[in-house]
Amino acid sequence: MALSHLDRLEAEAIHVIREVAAQFRNPVLLYSIGKDSTTLLHLLRKAFAPARPPIPLLHIDSTFEFAETYRFRDAVPAKYGVELRVHVNEEGVRAGIDPFVHGVSVHTEVMRTQGLKQALAAGAYDCAIGGARRDEEASRAKERIFSFRNAALRWEPKAQRPELWNQYNGRIHPGESVRAFPLSNWTEIDVWRYIEREGIELPPLYFAKERPVVERDGVLLMRDDARMPLREGEREVLRRVRFRTLGCWPFTGGVESEADTVARIIAELEQVRTSERQGRVIDHAPGDSMEKKKQEGYF
Amino acid sequence: MDLLRFITCGSVDDGKSTLIGRLLHDTGEARDDHLAALARDSAKHGTQGEALDFALLVDGLAAEREQGITIDVAYRYFGTPRRRFIVADCPGHEQYTRNMATGASTADLAIVLIDARKGVLPQTRRHSWICALFGVKQVLLAVNKMDLVGWDESVFGAIRDEYAALAAAVGIERVQAVPVSALQGDNLTRRGGAAWYAGPTLLEHLEAAPVPGLDTQSPARLPVQLVLRPDADFRGYAGTLAQGRLARGDAVVVQPSGHDARIASVTVGGREVDAAEAGQAVVLTLDRERDVSRGDVLCAAAAPLPVSDQFAAHLIWMDEAPLLPGRSWWLRIGTREVAATVTAISHRIDVNTQAHEAAKQLVMNDVGLVKLSLAAPIPLATYDESRALGGFILVDRLSNATAGAGVVRHGLRRGENLHWQAFTVDKALRAAQKNQTPRCIWLTGLSGSGKSTIANLVERALVAQGRHTYVLDGDNVRHGLNRDLGFTEADRVENLRRVAEVARLMVDAGLIVLVSFISPYAREREMARSLFAPGEFLEVFVDTPLAVCEARDPKGLYAKARAGRIPNFTGINAPYERPEAPEVRLDTTAATPEALARQVLDAIGG
Repeated sequence: MALSHLDRLEAEAIHVIREVAAQFRNPVLLYSIGKDSTTLLHLLRKAFAPARPPIPLLHIDSTFEFAETYRFRDAVPAKYGVELRVHVNEEGVRAGIDPFVHGVSVHTEVMRTQGLKQALAAGAYDCAIGGARRDEEASRAKERIFSFRNAALRWEPKAQRPELWNQYNGRIHPGESVRAFPLSNWTEIDVWRYIEREGIELPPLYFAKERPVVERDGVLLMRDDARMPLREGEREVLRRVRFRTLGCWPFTGGVESEADTVARIIAELEQVRTSERQGRVIDHAPGDSMEKKKQEGYF
Repeated sequence: MDLLRFITCGSVDDGKSTLIGRLLHDTGEARDDHLAALARDSAKHGTQGEALDFALLVDGLAAEREQGITIDVAYRYFGTPRRRFIVADCPGHEQYTRNMATGASTADLAIVLIDARKGVLPQTRRHSWICALFGVKQVLLAVNKMDLVGWDESVFGAIRDEYAALAAAVGIERVQAVPVSALQGDNLTRRGGAAWYAGPTLLEHLEAAPVPGLDTQSPARLPVQLVLRPDADFRGYAGTLAQGRLARGDAVVVQPSGHDARIASVTVGGREVDAAEAGQAVVLTLDRERDVSRGDVLCAAAAPLPVSDQFAAHLIWMDEAPLLPGRSWWLRIGTREVAATVTAISHRIDVNTQAHEAAKQLVMNDVGLVKLSLAAPIPLATYDESRALGGFILVDRLSNATAGAGVVRHGLRRGENLHWQAFTVDKALRAAQKNQTPRCIWLTGLSGSGKSTIANLVERALVAQGRHTYVLDGDNVRHGLNRDLGFTEADRVENLRRVAEVARLMVDAGLIVLVSFISPYAREREMARSLFAPGEFLEVFVDTPLAVCEARDPKGLYAKARAGRIPNFTGINAPYERPEAPEVRLDTTAATPEALARQVLDAIGG
C-alpha cells in the first residue's frame, strides 16, 4: 500500500507535534476554534494516543468571536480530554477597544497580537503550535516549520534557521521561543479533504445556512450581536452564507454558498476562484503587510 | 493521488520565479484575489512593463520585491488531477548555496533552468552538483527563453547534449529536457512555440516522474522520538518509520545499546494495525522491558546499523562564524543529539568546478569533506542508504543557530574498532582515595589579568588543606603539548580543546585541576564545560579591564602588540568574548589577590 499525499501530510504533522513535545519544556497549542486549529487538535490527539496530549490548548479570545464558536470552544475540553486555557487582553477591554470605533488594525493589534504576547509571557511558553499554512500568504510561504522568535517575540525573515530533512532545531535561550507549524505543507483543500476523511467536527459556521448579514464595503458581515451599529441605509438581510475562515466576526466576511456538507465544500473549492483569506479585512492592507505584522509578533 | 516534491534551480535572471508563478497560474492555483494583488504589485515592482510579472506571485519578502531577486526558499503548492506538488523555489546566487541545499534536502526532483541565450554556465554546474550531493538524482532541464532565440532547435539540442555530459559528471542519473518560454507559458502546461518539439510539456513530465519517495523494501529503521507512558502498564515508542516495514512479532534490536526484543503492538494514529511502513508516524510497544529513549534507533534484528563515533561527511557551512576543526557543536541526526567535533577538513570543494582544495576552515556557503568525531557512538547510516537517517545538522552551542548541514559518506574504522576501556577503578574510587571532590576550575581573562597569580594562591591553599591538585598554565602547556600551535583562531581552538581534554583526564584521575588560560572564545569555554559532570566545572572570570592589564604588562607583551610586533594578541587585535554567566567573577581592581583566591575557595567549599 503506497501512502497517499494525505497520509504523508498527516505523518509529517504528527512528527512535528511530537518534536515539539520532545524538545520543549512548556509548549502550548494556539487554538483559534477554526478548521485548521481543530484539525491540529485532531492531530494532537493522534500524535500521543493512547496517552493524553501533554500539550494544553490556548485561546486568545478577542471578545468578538462568533457566538457559535464560543459554544463550540467550551465543549472541547470535555469532549476531547484536553486542557483549554483562555486569555483575554483585559487592558484592551478596560481601554474600551472597539472594532467599530478603532478599526480592524487597532483591534487586531491590541486584542490578538498584544493579547498573544501577554499570554505567552504569562504562561512562560517556550513553544506555541499554530495552524498557519504556507499557501495562505506570500510571506508565510517562506516561514520555517519551527519558526524562531527572539526575546521580543519578533520574526526575523532574513535570519531564519535553515531547515533540512526533518531536522527541526528547537534550541533556544531563556526568553526566546519557537512557533511550530505542523500544517505548513497543507493547502486549504488538503485540510478539507482530511476533515472529510477523518470525520472531524467543525463549528457550524463553515456550512451554508440562512444567516442575517449586512453588506458593508463589499463584504457580507454577520451581525452577531448588538455591538455592531448599523450605518445609514444598512439593514440586515437573510442570505445563505458560510465562512471560509473564522476570525473576529466584525472582520470576517461570509461567502454566498449552497455548500452545507464537507463534500459540497470540497466540490465548491475545486471550482472557486478566490483564496480563503479574501474575506479577511486584515489582509487587505498593501503589499507586505503580513510580513510586517509577523515581525511584530502577529501569529 | 501521490505527492512529488521538487526544487527549482536557476540564477537571478533565468526566469525561475516566473516559471513557478506560471505553473501556479496555469494550474488554477493562483486565485482571483491573488491575481488582483499581482496586478497591483506588477505595476509597483514589476519588471515586465504592462504585463503581469508572475515572479511576484512567488517572491514574498519585502526585500525580494525591492531587489527583484529570491533570497529565501519559498514553498508553493499546486496540483493536477494526477498528482499534488510541493515546490521549493530556491535562490540561485552563490551566497545562497545553503538555501538551495535546504530545498534539495527534501526534493525528489529538480527543475534546472537554463537561459537559452546563455547556455550552460558555471552556476548550472553548481546547482546540479548541490542537488546531487543532497540526494536529488533526477532533473528536468528547462531550456528557457526559447522565444528570444527564435525557437532555434539547434540551440536547444546543443544545450541538452552539453548538460547530459555535465549531469553524468556530477552524479545526476536521469535527465529530461524541454524547450520552454516561462514568460509566455509555452511548453509549461500547454504545447507551444516550437513545431519541432513533440515531447511532453514540463507539467506532463512532472506528472510522470517516478517518486523515489519512501523505501519500504530495506530493513526497518525507527528513530525513537518520544517515549509515551500514559500509565504504569503502557510504554510506547513513538517515531516516524524511516525505512522498511515493521509488523507485530518482528524481532528488533535497540541501537546503540544492542538489546533485542520483539514488537508487541503497532499503532498508527491511535488505531492498532498489523504492520506499518516507511513514512508512517507510529507507536510501538515491545514484548519485554528495555531501556529505550529518544535518539535510539529500533532496527530490524537481522540487519542492524553499524555503530560508530567517527565518520566522514560532506558538509555545507551555513553560519557567519567559520567552521574550525577542533570546535565542538551539537550534531542532530535522526532524533539523536550528540556533541561532535570536526577533527579534520579533508578538503574544501570549489562549488563551481568541484575541484578539491586544501582548507583550514570553511566559511558560509563552503562545502567540504570533513571528518567528525562524536562524544558517544551512534547507529550510523550513510546518506546513500537513507536520506532520513544519513543527513545531519550542526547546531552552534552558544547561539543555537543551525550552523551546518551534512550527509554521512562512510563510517571511519577508527570509530568502529576503538572502544572505551572500562576499568574497575573509576573516578569515584580515585576521588574517595584522595578524600576530595574532583573539580576543574577554569580561569579565563586577558593576558596580565592575574589568572596565574590567583591560580597559584588557590593551589597553595588547597595543598595546605591536603588536597591533590594541578595547574595547567597557558604558557607552560604551549612549551610542550601545544608547541605546534600558533595564535590564529583555528590554533587557539585546538589549543583549548587539548587543554580541556587533559583537564578532563586529570579530573578523572581524581585531581582538582586549575586551568589558567586566556581562553577568549565563549564557544570553547562552553565546549570545556560540556566535558564535565554538572557542578564539576567552575568558570572563573578574572575580570580586569584592558587598560589595567596594559598598565601592568608584566611580560611587556602589550607594548609589543601595540607596536605591531605581535599579531592576534587578545584585547589588542584579537577578540575576547566576556563570560556572560561565570560561576565566579573576580574584580581585580577591587580586592587583593588573597581575597580573590578566598572567593574561589569559597565557591568550591574548600
